[in-house]
Amino acid sequence: MKFSITVTLKKDVLDPQGKVVQNTLVNLGMNLKNIRQGKYFEVEVEEKDQIKAEREVNEMCKKLLVNLIIEDFKINKI
Amino acid sequence: MKSSVIVFPGSNCDRDIAVALEKMQFKNQMIWHKETKLPKSDLIVLPGGFSYGDYLRSGAIAGKSLIIDEVIKAANNGCLVLGICNGFQILTETGLLKGTLLRNKNLKFINKDIRVKVMNNETKFSNKYKKNEVLKINIAHNEGNFFTDDNHLRDLKENNLIAFKYCNEKGNVDDQSNPNGSLENIAGIYNSKKNILGMMPHPERMVDKLISNTDGINLFSSLLN
Repeated sequence: MKFSITVTLKKDVLDPQGKVVQNTLVNLGMNLKNIRQGKYFEVEVEEKDQIKAEREVNEMCKKLLVNLIIEDFKINKI
Repeated sequence: MKSSVIVFPGSNCDRDIAVALEKMQFKNQMIWHKETKLPKSDLIVLPGGFSYGDYLRSGAIAGKSLIIDEVIKAANNGCLVLGICNGFQILTETGLLKGTLLRNKNLKFINKDIRVKVMNNETKFSNKYKKNEVLKINIAHNEGNFFTDDNHLRDLKENNLIAFKYCNEKGNVDDQSNPNGSLENIAGIYNSKKNILGMMPHPERMVDKLISNTDGINLFSSLLN
């Protein structure tokens, strides 16, 4: 079973890379309000049961993939 | 006093800290991260560098390495733990210190001698310094922008757990002297028991007049005191 994990900085955390990307897009004439940079993972697990598998992926996020002080995450089945 | 320096793939200040410790008469051992036993130590040092190439987040992979369980056990039993630069990042990733180190505000790797102020001189790490003493000390990092939540910040202030703050030559703590955007100019913090210190500046680089200055020596002599 395959899942995608999207990791984003929490709302109140400064995202200097996102700011630079935003400024550059504005310089290119793009029209945008805001942009935030994040991370993306794809993970494949052996578990066949979706609820159990999601629990495993959730555990992976909390134990290693995400720094919960500054980051939020979303898990989606793909 | 016995010290152990933990060496990870990508550590690059491990020899520097070993030289500084030996110069100060510590009996030092280097411990590879794959070890599962830690020799009896009075001080454990997590050195600077780029453990695991900063993959995922600085210090994230090293924070889950085999030896770390032993470091956490020893720290919880009161052993002194010093994390410098990448070592500080590793300490936050293990949870031994709260907060985290974000990318520098200006997105640049900063390598220069800056000033920090000694905020608390009543700990095992700082008792040889004077309160509010200004040290000239080197920083070299890309992720040194200290960040934490409001509760932890309040706790740091109320319990005197801020070790060092970035300041100017006169000791004024202001925005101009904040090199990386750290919350309230914080350059180093203690845990609540004050047996763990994490700091971005490199005291081990300041122990010899020939190559820099000696502003870092008192950190090590405090430990021996």
